[in-house]
Amino acid sequence: MIMLLWRKSVNRLMGVMTALSALLAAAALLAVLGYVALNGWRALNVDFFLRLPTPVGIPGGGVSNAIVGSLIVIGLATLFAVPIGLGAGIYLSEFGDNRFGDLVRYLADVLSGVPSIVVGIFAYALIVARRGQFSALSGGFALGVMMLPAITRTTEEMLRMVPNSLREGSLALGLPRWRTMFSVVLPMARSGVTTGIVLAIARVAGETAPLLFTAFGNPFWSVDVQQPIATLPHTVFTYAISPYADWQSKAWGTALLLTGFVCLTSLLVRRFSRQRQGA
Amino acid sequence: MTTRTANTPATQVLGKVGRAREATAPDHALRCSAEVAAGTSGGLAVNDLGAGFGSFLAVDAISLQILPNKITAIIGPSGSGKSTFLRCLNRMHEEVRGAWARGSVLLDGKDIYAAGTDPVQVRRRVGMVFQKPNPFPTMSVYENVAAGLRLNRFGRVPGLDEIVERALVRAALWDEVKDKLHQSGAALSGGQQQRLCIARALAVQPEVLLMDEPASALDPVATLKIEELMRELARDYTIVIVTHNMQQAARVSDYTAFLMMDEDRAGRLVEFGPTDQLFTKPKDRRTEDYITGRFG
Amino acid sequence: MAATLVMLILLLVYELFDGSRLGLAQYGFRFLTESRWDPVFDHYGSFPAIFGTVVSSMLALAIAAPLGLLAAIYLAELAPRWLDQPLSFLIELLASVPSVVYGLWGLYVLVPILRDPIQTGLRARLGFLPLFSCAPIGIGMMAAVSILAIMILPYATAVARDVLRAVPRDQREAMLALGATRWETIWRAVVPYARSGIIGGLMLALGRAVGETMAVTMLIGNRPDVSACLFSPAYTLASQIANEFTEAVSAMHVSVLIELGLVLFGITLVLNGAARLLVWRITRKGAKP
Repeated sequence: MIMLLWRKSVNRLMGVMTALSALLAAAALLAVLGYVALNGWRALNVDFFLRLPTPVGIPGGGVSNAIVGSLIVIGLATLFAVPIGLGAGIYLSEFGDNRFGDLVRYLADVLSGVPSIVVGIFAYALIVARRGQFSALSGGFALGVMMLPAITRTTEEMLRMVPNSLREGSLALGLPRWRTMFSVVLPMARSGVTTGIVLAIARVAGETAPLLFTAFGNPFWSVDVQQPIATLPHTVFTYAISPYADWQSKAWGTALLLTGFVCLTSLLVRRFSRQRQGA
Repeated sequence: MTTRTANTPATQVLGKVGRAREATAPDHALRCSAEVAAGTSGGLAVNDLGAGFGSFLAVDAISLQILPNKITAIIGPSGSGKSTFLRCLNRMHEEVRGAWARGSVLLDGKDIYAAGTDPVQVRRRVGMVFQKPNPFPTMSVYENVAAGLRLNRFGRVPGLDEIVERALVRAALWDEVKDKLHQSGAALSGGQQQRLCIARALAVQPEVLLMDEPASALDPVATLKIEELMRELARDYTIVIVTHNMQQAARVSDYTAFLMMDEDRAGRLVEFGPTDQLFTKPKDRRTEDYITGRFG
Repeated sequence: MAATLVMLILLLVYELFDGSRLGLAQYGFRFLTESRWDPVFDHYGSFPAIFGTVVSSMLALAIAAPLGLLAAIYLAELAPRWLDQPLSFLIELLASVPSVVYGLWGLYVLVPILRDPIQTGLRARLGFLPLFSCAPIGIGMMAAVSILAIMILPYATAVARDVLRAVPRDQREAMLALGATRWETIWRAVVPYARSGIIGGLMLALGRAVGETMAVTMLIGNRPDVSACLFSPAYTLASQIANEFTEAVSAMHVSVLIELGLVLFGITLVLNGAARLLVWRITRKGAKP
């Protein structure tokens, strides 16, 4: 009898503990987001978006160079990663059921597990060290390398989901293989593939480490891809560890911008893909 | 004991059954009432049992007696709610989200659905074996059998070795596994796995053993072994078996209940009686149609 | 196209080795055990960074694993349906917050709380323990471990939850039919069945913790110290690279930093490989551990 009472108490206790754990995790997120929203909101104004950073001590100014810089770097990354990722994904789904395909998949997985700072080192050694200067290009390359495995995997999965009957029908009509792929199969998988790309972009948009010694950051306005360039995550980092209250406030504002973008994108993508799959 | 059927329209269908039963086997009804009333362990009295999922009524107004130390078979076409009914007997039905049950099921005179009754305790006394053998793959054969016993004790269970051996002997599995007691439970053949599940259920010494199509996932040889086992076990346990195989019911059981889906898609009891009688001289036209294969 | 991918990886490895050449030549394996890191005298040892990486990740996992498992159990088994979806979503959202934002939050919200009352309190009451015997400045190993735990929690939880959900229903039913309580069913039948998957998820989380850079750099104090005290500043491989790379002057300094990157790469390779092996084993046997 006592034993039964004990078992039932344990049952109830663990029920509470598990619920608390889940709530704790959710609470942590809300705490982080909450502070970012609260503190960041104060820093947001028109100047924030349109102006360049002012010298230390002079209030006002904004992070317009970082906004543009992030767009440029992400754009470069996408330009680099999408063709290669798509190509690799197409290869894997069409011709990839062999040892080489397995190798590629394995290496893609390895790549996705490489810490972002190591990717930064790679980009540094490959581009920055050789050319002797930091550049938006190298930053774009680093981010692109990080996007690559995700795009490859999503593309392969989405393409595999297109039923084979479609391919066979097209081939039976006399269309060559590559034409089948581009005109028939790819369009069918289009939304899934796009989702994958958007998700990959959202993931790298917040990355700082690979940019530390590639894009390097730039307090001035620059859209030259061969020069160092400011980016949002890098701005958060630099301003956050600075001793100036004005900069710290701007760090929160930039963090809000960044987090808002990333979270919104994840939300939208999820909502969209769930609609497509019919939940 | 007088069958406490509630005075619902559904009972009128059953009234026919009740009357028929009493007319043909008055002595067994008397015996039944005496035994169950006297609290001989292992009898189940089902009164006006209804059960469903959310707004869907799966079975309705089922009343019958499960006699101790006898094998009772539940037969009927698919969708007639046989498994749902069975799972109400050990309160497993309510584990599915949105599932509910009403009516009463008396185990030794005490309603298992009475307010305040703990399903955990009910399931200790009414064990269950499932259609697909489901031994715990992370545990050895030994640990599988011991699983139920470990629940109620800290640390070492006294005499566990003997209990495990006895359960495996009872389940006619001992000879085949006595040298591999510490191998994974999932490493056995299908028929062996099912007997392992039976041993596992027996180890906690239930009064009733429910079996939901226990041999339907097994080959004919293994099936035969299970059927032999059932007759053996009936000497010490009360057995209720759901089967879609009529011949199996006819071979193995002492009493049979025939369930069928009505127009409202709820399963109801059509006929219940001693197996020979139900299969040779069924009282209800629908029973006869089912047995002779006119539908099913 | 696919070959490009292969090439990139090979290039990456090549560059890592190439960049580390100077350091490798100079120190060999001693690099891993040497404690002194002194850019002024151009003498380098990676042990503090390795120590910091291992300690911070393992402690973070020690916190996140039980929490994550319990939360996953709640989400997969016990939560009412209307609660499960939003909660799961919130926890997954944790994973998409950029590392640098965690660092920012940690720096201005977590650290002050850690410094006072937590660390000062611990120092006052339990200061005789070497764990709490140094100056409670807030920034340091404890801060890094805390933020890391928060950051890897969603990974542990999400994987565990998915694996638990995949456990076949008949396993639960078998345990319930023996007369087990809800918790007993979960703990004795469901969790063991999902064992490998859960461990795989934990290793994944560990891998993330090891490679985490920004939040750690901002919170760990960035000092090549090896200390038993939890409040002490420290270094991890990633944070050291981030902190010193742009200011490294000598070629040797740069080379050893790249070598740190090589070590880091090696560690994550092994971890991820092990995690993948576990997952591969489950899927091969058809979800049987």
